Amino acid sequence: MRKYLGILVVASMFLASAVNVNAQDMLQIKGSDTLINLVQRLAEEYMEKNPERYIAVTGGGSGTGIAALINRKCDIANASRLMKSKEISQANERGITPKRAVIAMDGLSVITNLRNSVDKLTVDEIGKIFRGEVTNWKEVGGPDLPITLYGRQSNSGTFVFFRDVVLKGDYSQRMNRMNGNAQIVEAVKQDISGVGYVGVGYVKDMIGELNVVKVASRPGDAYASPLNSSDVKSGKYPISRPLNQYINGTPKGAIKDFIAFELSQEGQKVVEEEGFFPIPDEYREFNKKSIGLVPHLFKERNH
Amino acid sequence: MAKLKEKVIQGFFFLNGLFVVIVLLGIFALLIFTSIPAFKEINLREFLFSPNWNPTSYVKPSFGIISMLVSTFMVTLGALLIAIPLGIGTAAYLSDVASSRIREIAKPIIEILAGIPSVVIGFLGIVLVGPFIAKVFGLHNGLNAVNGSILLAAMALPTIISLSEDALKSVPESYRQASLALGASHWQTLIRVKIPAALSGIIAACMLGMGRAIGETMTVLMATGCAPAMPRSFLDSVRTMTSTIAIELGEVPYNTTHYYALFGIGLVLFIITFIVNMASDIILHKYERKTK
Repeated sequence: MRKYLGILVVASMFLASAVNVNAQDMLQIKGSDTLINLVQRLAEEYMEKNPERYIAVTGGGSGTGIAALINRKCDIANASRLMKSKEISQANERGITPKRAVIAMDGLSVITNLRNSVDKLTVDEIGKIFRGEVTNWKEVGGPDLPITLYGRQSNSGTFVFFRDVVLKGDYSQRMNRMNGNAQIVEAVKQDISGVGYVGVGYVKDMIGELNVVKVASRPGDAYASPLNSSDVKSGKYPISRPLNQYINGTPKGAIKDFIAFELSQEGQKVVEEEGFFPIPDEYREFNKKSIGLVPHLFKERNH
Repeated sequence: MAKLKEKVIQGFFFLNGLFVVIVLLGIFALLIFTSIPAFKEINLREFLFSPNWNPTSYVKPSFGIISMLVSTFMVTLGALLIAIPLGIGTAAYLSDVASSRIREIAKPIIEILAGIPSVVIGFLGIVLVGPFIAKVFGLHNGLNAVNGSILLAAMALPTIISLSEDALKSVPESYRQASLALGASHWQTLIRVKIPAALSGIIAACMLGMGRAIGETMTVLMATGCAPAMPRSFLDSVRTMTSTIAIELGEVPYNTTHYYALFGIGLVLFIITFIVNMASDIILHKYERKTK
């Protein structure tokens, strides 16, 4: 019995020390599935330069990340949508002041199967398709084929953004609720009748395996592709959006240092390599106001 | 001194038993108390009979669980339709036909099947079973109730096989000898004497397998498409109660109607599995008494 007690004591000491290490040196980042690959890459590059720092990046969806920030379970929440006013007031109740930084731009991409002849749609048509009002491809100029919808689950920021901006109503109850961007890409690749929406970072390696639909804001407007960086930045591509990180209060120490790296030229190069787009000037201004970070702070620190 | 030691040990085991009961009651109480607030705002009839579940709706939140209930029953029923014949057949083979060598190889393999993580099985559902179903039924995709049923059958099989085999094994040897002495063949002995004699044990095995299938989460979450609409057939996407809880509990703001409603689903699920396990237990006890 005494022997076991000893083991127990040792084990609990181990646990306690592990927790201590976590609290001091580890940065916890959680949230958006759209952002996870990008932020993981950024974290890797950052850790290579700063071996004393450790950053853990996990997914779960923007909603999950924001909930974690509110519950003080992470340092940075990745979010592909804005925080809802309800979430902000919940955070405030718990003594948390969420601050937002924009780290990249995304052209939210609507994808179809390669064998489907439909390759351009208006925002209105996309809305009708995902609300379940248009159920056959022939209604939007395609083959006579029922449409199969692939979307995300409600914890996804992309789910909320797409619903609020494109649908302005509820998703069809028949839409398949997939577990992440990658699953939607896989499903649409296999399903000739399928249509889905994913962050542009998930289609950059899929050209030739999927159709990336060109989108026009209104019938008669020019169609723009999310793969074209100037169209996304200028807003000519109608469903582009900023990708965000939320933190508690004005960033300090390791958090500040990491976000500065993300916004630096180097960080923005990684953003491009991952298929997303660097932040335009208006969001650089925004970041300055929101978290007081000028774009090239990282370099200045090294001087 | 020895007596005291015995007393202490007795007490220790009693406490252990008591602890499990307390945990069970605690879970039950927690589920009840956390789901009660949901029904201040949701009509119980809407909760049980409305087919729309959309707590984060753009327009108006709705909290109806009937299509999830139907979905859960569909995948469970499908799983049992596949697993019961296969499971009993395998059990009969192992207990009465297979040589002891084969049995020694086959039994551990079946037990390994029980140890495969559900997320791996779900993955197989996406990359293997799904495309296969799409091909067989001429569909565009294989994320549907059939897929879920096949995967859940694979997960329920080990339970059904090993418990049914135990039941068949514990049929007294004299039954078999008497049957053979009367001129019955091996097949007749198995089908008309041994399986009927072990029936309550086999039924209990099937019900435990069913409990396993109802409560499974990850596999169905990955392989069935999770569309919340009321399924029209086995080839439609389904969304079970377990997937709904798993998807939504991670992001739900605490202490909201949505949060309480998810606990409400948990309560319904708990009651269903409780009834299934209880029924199998009663049947098993009946059977134990009979053979003694």
